[in-house]
Amino acid sequence: MDPDLALLLNGVVSGLLLGGLYAAAAAGLSISFGMLDVVNIAHPAFMVLGALIVALLWAATGLDPLLLSILLAPAFWALGAGLYVIYHHFFERRGDEAIQGLAFFFGVMFIVEVGLVLAVGPEQHFVDAAYAATTWRLGEIDVPLRMLVPATVALAAIGALALFLRHSFTGRAIAAVAQDRDALRLLAIDPIRIKRLAFGISLAFAGLAGGALVVVQPVDAWSGHVFIGRVFAIVIMGGLSSLGGCVLAALAFGVVENVTASFFGPSWSPAVAFGCLLLVLAVRPQGLFGRMA
Amino acid sequence: MSDAIIPALPRPAPPRRLGHAGFWLAAAAAAAILILALRGMGSEYAYFAATFVLQYVVLATAWNILGGYAGYVNFGAAAFFAAGAYTTVAVGKAFGLGLLPCIGIAAMVGGALGLGTGILTLRLRGAYFAIATLCLSVVLQTFIVNWSYVGGSRGAYILRPRDVPFGFDSYGGYLCAVVLVLAAAAIAIARSIEVSRLGLGLAALRDDEAAAEAAGVPTLRLKLIATSISGAMMAVAGAPLPYLGSYIEPTSAFGLSYAVNAIAMPLIGGTASWAGPLIGAVLLSSLQQAATVTISSAANLLIVGVVLVVFVCVAPRGIIGLFRRRR
Repeated sequence: MDPDLALLLNGVVSGLLLGGLYAAAAAGLSISFGMLDVVNIAHPAFMVLGALIVALLWAATGLDPLLLSILLAPAFWALGAGLYVIYHHFFERRGDEAIQGLAFFFGVMFIVEVGLVLAVGPEQHFVDAAYAATTWRLGEIDVPLRMLVPATVALAAIGALALFLRHSFTGRAIAAVAQDRDALRLLAIDPIRIKRLAFGISLAFAGLAGGALVVVQPVDAWSGHVFIGRVFAIVIMGGLSSLGGCVLAALAFGVVENVTASFFGPSWSPAVAFGCLLLVLAVRPQGLFGRMA
Repeated sequence: MSDAIIPALPRPAPPRRLGHAGFWLAAAAAAAILILALRGMGSEYAYFAATFVLQYVVLATAWNILGGYAGYVNFGAAAFFAAGAYTTVAVGKAFGLGLLPCIGIAAMVGGALGLGTGILTLRLRGAYFAIATLCLSVVLQTFIVNWSYVGGSRGAYILRPRDVPFGFDSYGGYLCAVVLVLAAAAIAIARSIEVSRLGLGLAALRDDEAAAEAAGVPTLRLKLIATSISGAMMAVAGAPLPYLGSYIEPTSAFGLSYAVNAIAMPLIGGTASWAGPLIGAVLLSSLQQAATVTISSAANLLIVGVVLVVFVCVAPRGIIGLFRRRR
C-alpha cells in the first residue's frame, strides 16, 4: 500500500479511537452546558481529578482502571450533586449566574488543579492496564487495545446514557428541564431536583472519562487545560444538547486532530482543532448537528 | 387665581464629580508622587515588586472594561497579555526598537486581536465569547511555540539596554516608572469610559441586551469598541514583561495565573467602577508576592482560587459593594 495512504488510514483509525475518548469527556459537558445551561468550565479539571484518583487506586489495588472508574462514578455523582447545590444556592437563585457563575467554576477549576498539585505532586501519573501492550493488526492498520478498550467503554456508557434519557421518566424530565423548567413545575416535578441529578450524572461522566484518559496517556494535574477548549468545541459543534451530535462531533474532531498531527507534527494539532471551533462559532453557531434555535 | 404662579422647585444640585481633565490630572499627580516615593526607596526589589503589582493593575483594569462594564467574560487575558509580550520580542528583534515604541505597537496588535475575536463571536450572546477566548489562548500559544523567530518553545532572552533613558538610576527603575504611567493611564481611560456615553451604553447592554438594543443602543458596535480597547490595554500590560524578567517562554507568558488574576482582581474589588480592579489588583498581587516569597508559588495560586470562589459566593459586588451596603 502507498505509505501516505497507510499513514492517512492509520491517522483516521486512531483519530476515531481518540474521538471515543473525547466523546466521553464531552457527553458530560453536553448535559451540564447543553441541557442545564450551567457553564461548567471546571469539567476537564474534574476529569483529571478522576484520572489521578484512578491512577492512585490502580497503584494501590491493581484492579482494572476502567472498572475502577466505573466504581468511582457514584462518588463523582455525589460530588456533582453537592456542587450543583452550592451553585444553585449562590447563583441560579439570585439570577446572576452569567459572570459570577463563570468565575465560580473558574475558581473551582483552579482549586481542584492546585489542590491536585499539592496533594499528588506535579509529575505525570499513568496506569498499565493488562491489555495495554497488545496491538491488533488489520492489514496495514494498527489498532492498539490501549485506545480501543477505553473508546468502547466510553461509547457504551454514552449509549446507556442515551437510552436512559430517551426511555426513563427521570431521563425525559432531564430533557424537559432543558427546554422549559416552569412547565416541569406544572407537572409537579421539582426542576431543582432534576437538575441536581443531571449535574451529578455529568460529573460522573467526567470521572469515567478521566479513567479512560489515564489508560490512553499519562496525566498530570494541568492536563485538563488542553481539554477545556476541546470539549467545549465538541459540545458546540455537536449542537449543545444532542448526545448523538456530540459523539459525531467528537469522532470528527479526533480524526482532524490526529491526521493533522501525523502529517504536520503534533505541535500543530491544537491550533487546527480550535481554528475549526472559531469557524463554527462564526459561521454556524447552532452547531453542525444542531437545529436552528 | 388663574394667574397664580407656582414657584418652580429648586433644581437638585448635580452630584459633585471630577471632570475628565480633572481625573486625568489627579491620576498623573498620583503617578508622579509614586515615582518619587519609589526613587526614594531606591531598591531593585522594590522596583520589581511595584512593577509586578502595577502590571496587574493595568491587566485587571483592562479586563474590567469588557468584563465589568459590558458583562462579557474574557478568559483569554493571558493570550492578549502574551501577545503584547511577544510583540515586544518580535518588534525589538526585527527593528531594534526600544520599549516605548514596542508598547505602542503592542496596543495595536492587542486591539486588532480583540476586534477580530469580537467580530467572530460577539454576535452570539452568553457564554460563547468566553469559550472562544479560551480557545484563542490555545491557538496563539500553538503559533508562538511553532514560531522559531521569537524562540519557539525554548523561549527568548531580552537584554536590557545598558544606558538608562531619562536619568533613572537603573533600568528597573525606568521600567517601573513606565508601567506606573501605563497604570495611571489605564485607570484614567477606564474612568473616562465609565462616565461617558460609551459606558452608559455598555451598562445598558450588560443589564439587558435585548432591551438596550430595542432602545436604540448600538450594542454590537459598543461591544466591539469595548473589546478592542480592552484587548489593546491587556497587550500593553504585557509589553514590558520580557524586560522585567529578561527571559520569556510560552508556557509562563500564557500562564493561567494571568487569566485567573485578570478575572479575580476586578471581581474581588468590585466590577462596577474603576476603583474595583485597582483595589483588587493591589490587594491580590501584594498577597501573592508575599505568598511566593514566604510559602510557595503553587500555594499562592490556591489562595487566589479560594479567595475568588469565596468572594463571588458571598460578596458578589466585591469589596466596594461591601462598603456601599454598610453606608
